[in-house]
Amino acid sequence: MRKYTPKDNVQGKSYYTDRFWVAPRVPREEVEEGSHFETVVNALGSQVKESYIEVGQLVVHIDASENFAVIKTLRDECGYKQCSEQSAVDYLAQDGEFELFYQLLNHAEAKRVRVVCRIKKGEAIESIVPLYKSANFAEREMYDMFGIKVNNHPFLKRIIMPDDWEGHPLLKTYPLHGDEFASWYEVDKIFGKEYRDIIGPENRDPAKVERYDTKRFSRVGYEVPFGADISEGEKEQAIEYSETILVNYNAGTKQLDERK
Amino acid sequence: MAQHQVNYASSAGLPIALTTVDHLVNWGRSNSLWPLTYGLACCAIEMMAAGGARYDFDRFGTIFRASPRQSDVMILAGTLSKKHAEFARRLYDQMSEPKWVISMGSCANTGGMFNTYATVQGVDRIVPVDIYLPGCAPRPETLQYALMMLQKKIRKESANMNKNTKQNLRLV
Repeated sequence: MRKYTPKDNVQGKSYYTDRFWVAPRVPREEVEEGSHFETVVNALGSQVKESYIEVGQLVVHIDASENFAVIKTLRDECGYKQCSEQSAVDYLAQDGEFELFYQLLNHAEAKRVRVVCRIKKGEAIESIVPLYKSANFAEREMYDMFGIKVNNHPFLKRIIMPDDWEGHPLLKTYPLHGDEFASWYEVDKIFGKEYRDIIGPENRDPAKVERYDTKRFSRVGYEVPFGADISEGEKEQAIEYSETILVNYNAGTKQLDERK
Repeated sequence: MAQHQVNYASSAGLPIALTTVDHLVNWGRSNSLWPLTYGLACCAIEMMAAGGARYDFDRFGTIFRASPRQSDVMILAGTLSKKHAEFARRLYDQMSEPKWVISMGSCANTGGMFNTYATVQGVDRIVPVDIYLPGCAPRPETLQYALMMLQKKIRKESANMNKNTKQNLRLV
């Protein structure tokens, strides 16, 4: 991951070096006295490490080992009957940790809560499938994409990538074009590894023009035979444009009007 | 009693058309190209439109079949993911000879905009392609044109498919 540089006084600098635009932080507000969210925070008690309001929804930071108890309290006592999403964010390069989040929805109050916790690489998290059926696929996807193991999950298996896939693609260390395993996956699976040489590597640049390819590309201004080998040097030939005949309409021979 | 005596040797000639087996077989093949009902992504919507009443593939003798055993043409319409490549190849293998493949749209041709780890970068990595159709997604007219080009191609081929080594080139 690229190192984060502070963006203060960007206008004052002569040029802006960071390659990508970094979104400004959303302001965090205090939990208001007497609001619905205050009762939620009070119900969770000492399990809350940090809590604030972000874009109208409560964000609660907890300890990863207490995730089941906290979410059970939210479901049974605070009315959060739906778990709309559950996944993770890779902060391994920055902090050496994954950030896990659970997005919960209360239909009666029309309020949302995000429960956030952090785990180290190689640590497992407790499944919340006994509380929410919708967490089943979400936790499988998290396992598939990040390799985070989930304890007591009924069927922890890859959900998006093939079962025999190597690597977890949503890790920031995973290359976008795939590692070697990924780039040969379909060839190895269908034909076998010995067919790699016959089929060849992936062409990741479909707009690539091969200069000496006379089968798929034509020359500008002249032609060479189909499939001819021109790698040794092609014949120097000037580009022939069609001749433009210029007519000077101002240089008329006849003067129509004698008065001029 | 009606007189039905025909003078075969007269000016109308014999009621016999002479042709080659190649021509006859290819006439039959090219006018009843049955594609597999097999859509992968958004290009399949255009393929369905081409099969529907407005563009009407039926008038080319092209009727989508639900089984690879009854199909001649595989139209790979859409993004082929690496997870699915195995099954696309299996369907191709299940089709009986002679068989042809149309790669429809940018994604099937080259991977298109999905320049990622999970997309097959061109279906010609797994099946031999006869016609590449550009476009994202190609209009139904483009698919019709591709089909007509494929018919032309078939009419030029030898009816004896054993001669056409292309089909066997990448068989396992």
